[in-house]
Amino acid sequence: MSGWAETALWIVTPYLTLLIFALGLVWRFRYDRFGWTTRSSQLYEHQLLRIASPVFHFGLLFVIVGHVVGLLIPEHWTRAMGITESMYHMSALVVGAIAGTCTLAGIALLIYRRRTTGPVFMATTANDKAMYVVLTAAILAGLLTTLLTSAFGEHDYRHTVSPWFRGIFVFQPDAAAITAAPWPYRLHTAIGMLLLAIFPFTRLVHAFAAPLTYPFRPYIVYRSRSATGGPPLTRRAPRGW
Amino acid sequence: MRVMPQVAMVMNLDKCIGCHTCSVTCKQTWTNRPGVEYVWFNNVETRPGQGYPRRYEDQRRWRGGWELDAKGRLRPKAGGRLRRMLGIFASPLMPSIQDYYEPWTYDYETLTTAPLSEHSPVAAPRSLLTGEPTQVRWGANWDDSLGGDPSPDPVLAEVSDQVRLSFEQAFMFFLPRICEHCLNPSCVASCPSGALYKRSEDGIVLVDQDRCRGWRMCVTGCPYKKIYFNHKTGKAEKCTFCFPRVEVGLPTVCSETCVGRLRYLGVLLYDADRVAAAAAAPREHDLYRAQLSLFLDPSDPEVAAAAREAGIPESWLEAARRSPVRDLIVRWRLALPLHPEYRTMPMVWYIPPLSPVVDAVAGSGHDGEHGGNLFGAIEALRIPVSYLAGLFTAGDPEPVRLALRRLAALRSHMRAVNLGEEPDPSIAAECGLTAGDIEAMYRLLALARYDERYVIPTTYEARGPVEEAGCSLDYDGGPGMGSGAFGEASGRPVPVSIESFHGLRRRQTSETIGPDPLNWDGKGAG
Ligand code: HEM
Ligand code: SF4
Ligand code: SF4
Repeated sequence: MSGWAETALWIVTPYLTLLIFALGLVWRFRYDRFGWTTRSSQLYEHQLLRIASPVFHFGLLFVIVGHVVGLLIPEHWTRAMGITESMYHMSALVVGAIAGTCTLAGIALLIYRRRTTGPVFMATTANDKAMYVVLTAAILAGLLTTLLTSAFGEHDYRHTVSPWFRGIFVFQPDAAAITAAPWPYRLHTAIGMLLLAIFPFTRLVHAFAAPLTYPFRPYIVYRSRSATGGPPLTRRAPRGW
Repeated sequence: MRVMPQVAMVMNLDKCIGCHTCSVTCKQTWTNRPGVEYVWFNNVETRPGQGYPRRYEDQRRWRGGWELDAKGRLRPKAGGRLRRMLGIFASPLMPSIQDYYEPWTYDYETLTTAPLSEHSPVAAPRSLLTGEPTQVRWGANWDDSLGGDPSPDPVLAEVSDQVRLSFEQAFMFFLPRICEHCLNPSCVASCPSGALYKRSEDGIVLVDQDRCRGWRMCVTGCPYKKIYFNHKTGKAEKCTFCFPRVEVGLPTVCSETCVGRLRYLGVLLYDADRVAAAAAAPREHDLYRAQLSLFLDPSDPEVAAAAREAGIPESWLEAARRSPVRDLIVRWRLALPLHPEYRTMPMVWYIPPLSPVVDAVAGSGHDGEHGGNLFGAIEALRIPVSYLAGLFTAGDPEPVRLALRRLAALRSHMRAVNLGEEPDPSIAAECGLTAGDIEAMYRLLALARYDERYVIPTTYEARGPVEEAGCSLDYDGGPGMGSGAFGEASGRPVPVSIESFHGLRRRQTSETIGPDPLNWDGKGAG
């Protein structure tokens, strides 16, 4: 790949992606708070969803944790913690392969369900279809890299992709590091950037609505009418129990 | 003491003729839109019967409402916060569309486009979910007027050992249902996003559409299944108690249009600090009385002072003193809550029907209006009374008997008055009333006019012109038709009135689709 293309792909695109991702989320929240939902299709079909959705999502949560650990934590940290190279790769293989396979199986079942259940298919927009293509491609390419790294020990991404990734956040992206990685890694990274870029504009935004504060609020919520668009009243809503 | 006002409803079941006018006018007002075709904020069930959605009262299956944990504290029956969070990706407790019914329309178009032929063309049913031809197998009132086998009724199963009622024992009445606007709403407790809330001014429970993220926990949390999932917008919707009407002092649409004039609206003051403790009463039989103990007497100067302290306007206090609902619930104990054992402290109460008893007496050749006969029958007819107790008092027959005896006393007392006889004072006394009480009851139950049935204060400051209407010009290109960029109904929400307006215009100008009385587009989904 020629120099300028590399610069464009590994230095310009990451920032562009982050910009689109962040501004996109802000814009979507301001423009489309009403459309910010899971768009659940459980009402139409529940038997397959009951298995597919948890398998997919729990798999994905582990995959996300794996990415955070693998990309953000430098190798010398884990080594300092007494984790050897082979221990690290062993656990990455086991956790990564199980989580990745769950995610893939989950999404396969979700797509199958979406295609074969009449009402669910009818409720699938072009936007959804494009999103599924990118998401599935990202998962497939990701699984390929897991297999390569861990099963054949062919390549250690913690020397190539991870330094580049961390470099982005200190404004020193090292294009040379990532170009040293074999093509499946670069492919997965490129698709990952695409996924992030389209994220705010798809149904995936529901992930940012994850109700993390639920466990900390009182069960019963009182709200005053004035807080919901009406003119102010003298009363303030008391805190629930 | 923390005084909070609640606009509550009482329905007098003896007067319900099961005409479904309330359901239809409610639907026309609130749920005549795509995505909520299957939704009836107000539905009328025949009891005994399965209800809507099917067998919603079977909480062993649906796990709605609250339960007490090992330490006697309240906990949502479906599990506490963390447990619900783990199950967020798909909920086995949510009813599927088949438990409600698959909404349908008819292919009206063939009626106008079919070629000339010997037989008239038929408008075949089409699923509103897929647009495909469908077979209509179930509906919101499929077993109307005992039109089906009532034995799957979960309440009947509790009280009657033999599953099928013999013909002689058969009884029937109608139960109109809306959201209960509970004092301890488990729907609110279940919403992980905090989108559901109870309004502190009038106790109406609402969904903030901009905050709802479609987790559907409220649908499972509500034991009455009175929260519905809009499958087009991906958001929860529920009965609003017609808040835009109530705010300006008008009754809800279901009350306004009720043919039997059996609905009463009024203000009750209650002590919000004691709600949780009352809902945690250890014995289910005590829940009815525990809820009664929450209601405050607005004539008590101490209560009035606390209410003023809490910012409750004078007109609300006055309305609370004149509340017909308070008379029916607290003063005469005629009205009872629906399923207090769900521990949500529901606020739509019911005067149990005396008609099953009257019918049984009359059916046996006796005088169904005669006090003695009726009193005897209330004691003797085990199944209707325990069935009513299963609905209204967690199975305790005593409050039901008291309400029925008072209704029976009312009948025989007023019959004597109407026939010009001297009413027997012992009839009223026997059920703890005076002749004055009975005549006041008669006035409210039989004669009460509009402003006696609906005592709704209007202290809200004027809002000026309804906001919605102002932005109608912002919506060009057919709002509410087709989907937004991010899927069905994304983008700015289309106010209901505008959506209905455009829906109407579309129907009026469309070449291809026949008229559909319920404003559906007749083409199924999309
Ligand atoms: C912790 C955060 C998340 C939560 C709580 C969550 C929850 C949900 C829920 C409740 C549904 C609706 C299922 C249904 O009833 O139809 C859903 C669907 C979906 N979620 Fe998530 N999600 C999360 C994160 C994510 C992430 C990070 C992704 C992907 C990048 C994702 C991808 C999807 C997809 C593709 C669907 C559609 C499934 C289908 O119906 O085909 N979710 N999610
Ligand atoms: S009846 Fe209404 S207020 Fe009560 S739990 Fe159900 S939806 Fe909530
Ligand atoms: S309109 Fe009145 S009488 Fe008719 S079904 Fe509804 S509650 Fe009963």
